[in-house]
Amino acid sequence: MGTMTDSVIRIESLYKSYETSAGLFPALKNVDLCIASGEFVAVMGPSGSGKSTFMNLLGCLDKPSAGRYVLDGRDVANLGKDELALLRNRTIGFVFQGFNLLPRMTLLENVSLPLIYCGMEREERRRRARELLAKVGLEDKADSMPNKISGGQQQRVAIARALVNRPRLLLADEPTGNLDSQTGEEIMALFEALNREGITIVLVTHETEIARHAKRQVKFHDGRIVGDQTTHNEVAA
Amino acid sequence: MIFAMLGEAWRAMGANRLRTLLTMLGMVIGVGAVVLMMSIGQGAQYAIKQTISAMGSNLFVLLSGNTSSGGVRSGSGGAHTLTVGDADAIAELPGVQTTAPIHTGNAQVVYGPSNWSTSILGTTPNYLEARSWQVVSGAAFTGSDVRSATRVALIGKTAAENLFGDEDPVGKTIRIRQSPFVVLGTLAAKGQSMDGRDQDDTIIIPLTTAQRQVFGTQFPGSVRMIMVQAATQEDMPAVEKSMTGLLRQRHRIREGMDNDFFLRNLTAAADSAEESTRVMSLLLGAIASVSLLVGGIGIMNIMLVSVTERTREIGIRMAIGARERDILLQFLLEAIIISVGGCFIGLLLGIGGALLVETLTGTMVIISANSVVAAFGVAATVGIFFGFYPARKAARLDPIEALRYQ
Repeated sequence: MGTMTDSVIRIESLYKSYETSAGLFPALKNVDLCIASGEFVAVMGPSGSGKSTFMNLLGCLDKPSAGRYVLDGRDVANLGKDELALLRNRTIGFVFQGFNLLPRMTLLENVSLPLIYCGMEREERRRRARELLAKVGLEDKADSMPNKISGGQQQRVAIARALVNRPRLLLADEPTGNLDSQTGEEIMALFEALNREGITIVLVTHETEIARHAKRQVKFHDGRIVGDQTTHNEVAA
Repeated sequence: MIFAMLGEAWRAMGANRLRTLLTMLGMVIGVGAVVLMMSIGQGAQYAIKQTISAMGSNLFVLLSGNTSSGGVRSGSGGAHTLTVGDADAIAELPGVQTTAPIHTGNAQVVYGPSNWSTSILGTTPNYLEARSWQVVSGAAFTGSDVRSATRVALIGKTAAENLFGDEDPVGKTIRIRQSPFVVLGTLAAKGQSMDGRDQDDTIIIPLTTAQRQVFGTQFPGSVRMIMVQAATQEDMPAVEKSMTGLLRQRHRIREGMDNDFFLRNLTAAADSAEESTRVMSLLLGAIASVSLLVGGIGIMNIMLVSVTERTREIGIRMAIGARERDILLQFLLEAIIISVGGCFIGLLLGIGGALLVETLTGTMVIISANSVVAAFGVAATVGIFFGFYPARKAARLDPIEALRYQ
């Protein structure tokens, strides 16, 4: 486990509840978690365990009802909408289960999209996007449209997009959920490679096979963390 | 960044070309209709203004009253109740700029082998002043011509063309009812009067000459009408009142008896004609503006559909760092491009339509820079106004909900 001083994520007694017709529904109860720089964490749990809510909070798409969430040294609870958007742009990279590429744009344009929102010049955007596409092995497909490539390739593009603004934290929500196991393994290998380069990864999954690629497994149940273990064997592999 | 956004707006519109074009069509028709209506309206207004300024400003006409003998009524001007003395007396009233007694009739005019029947107008030099009628070549006759009843004439453009063709009339001698007249000058073209009469088909001679040598009079000094010009428009009601009083007194009309003359306010008639054209063109513009409004609502409608369809895209953009204002700007730009694009096409069609109307019907149309600028301004405003609500709706979406949207 990383030290407190070098933590990317520090969560203290985090609560999140939703208004429902049946009253207030507590999705997360008293969650404490620290994730240090360079960690590769799998968040696991059955559906309804609160892991999706937890990911939304981690990704600054939502705000906690109570408790503290410090991301990269900044207390998220005190930030306005624009500052949250800035965090999502600069500090966090998202990878989704359904890839979520924009269908009308080429792969290169998809990858460079986050750079538009930080006001980068067109030439620099294209240069960076090309670099990232090369990193995931799809440089030759830069001008293809998303519907012309396979699911595994789409997820690689999505990863390139998540990384294009050099975030400290990569959040992946069931990134292999829509892929066959062979392709899923390739994607996980890519994540491991990225992690070795130093990027912190938090990955939500309900598959033990996938979670095994991570160095640390955090288990959720009924809105609480019920397990937190670090495995060292995968690091050596 | 704005260029990147423009590019994206363009791409989004291109992805659904037919829909974009149909949405634009609302603006095209709206702007086209407004420009066309304004051009026609302004053309009509201008035509009327010209007629008015050709007539002269702040004018009254006094006509002699009617006679009735054995149940046959003669119509106005039948009884020659007005005199040159009346005209001189009215000229002394406060607020009166000038007066011109007029004696008219039709006569056959002969020059060499050509002859032409035209209206002969006997009056004083004041008449030209009151009607602001210029002499373009030669010179006008003077007061002394009137006093000594010389046989001189000023000739209108139409009459001159018919009698002289290409020849210069100045200095030539024409015959009016056999008497020889020397043409002193030619008059500037006035065009049609409000009732469609050709005002240039006329010959103006000294009043006394007309009275004594051409038409004759019932009694010396009687005239058919007097033109009265007030100094300003504000003077007109007061002049009308004092003039009526003066004439009743001079004609010894007792309390309760009818006037033996008719008084017409020419300017009022013209003003009301101008006013009604103005109201008409405003009305046309207003009706056309409704189609602009409908076009705007069409844009809002399509943008709302577009926001709903692209909810997931909005969620993705938010997740990778788009701020509310980025999303707002993106959708607003799309709405503005549609409305301004539509406006541009509408402008071309409107101007084309106006020119076509001018060619086909001969109606004067005026395409003013003002109406073009106004149409563009309105279109941009419509785009922003009707695009804002859908854009704000997009910007306010909850990113989690938006990402979950199928």
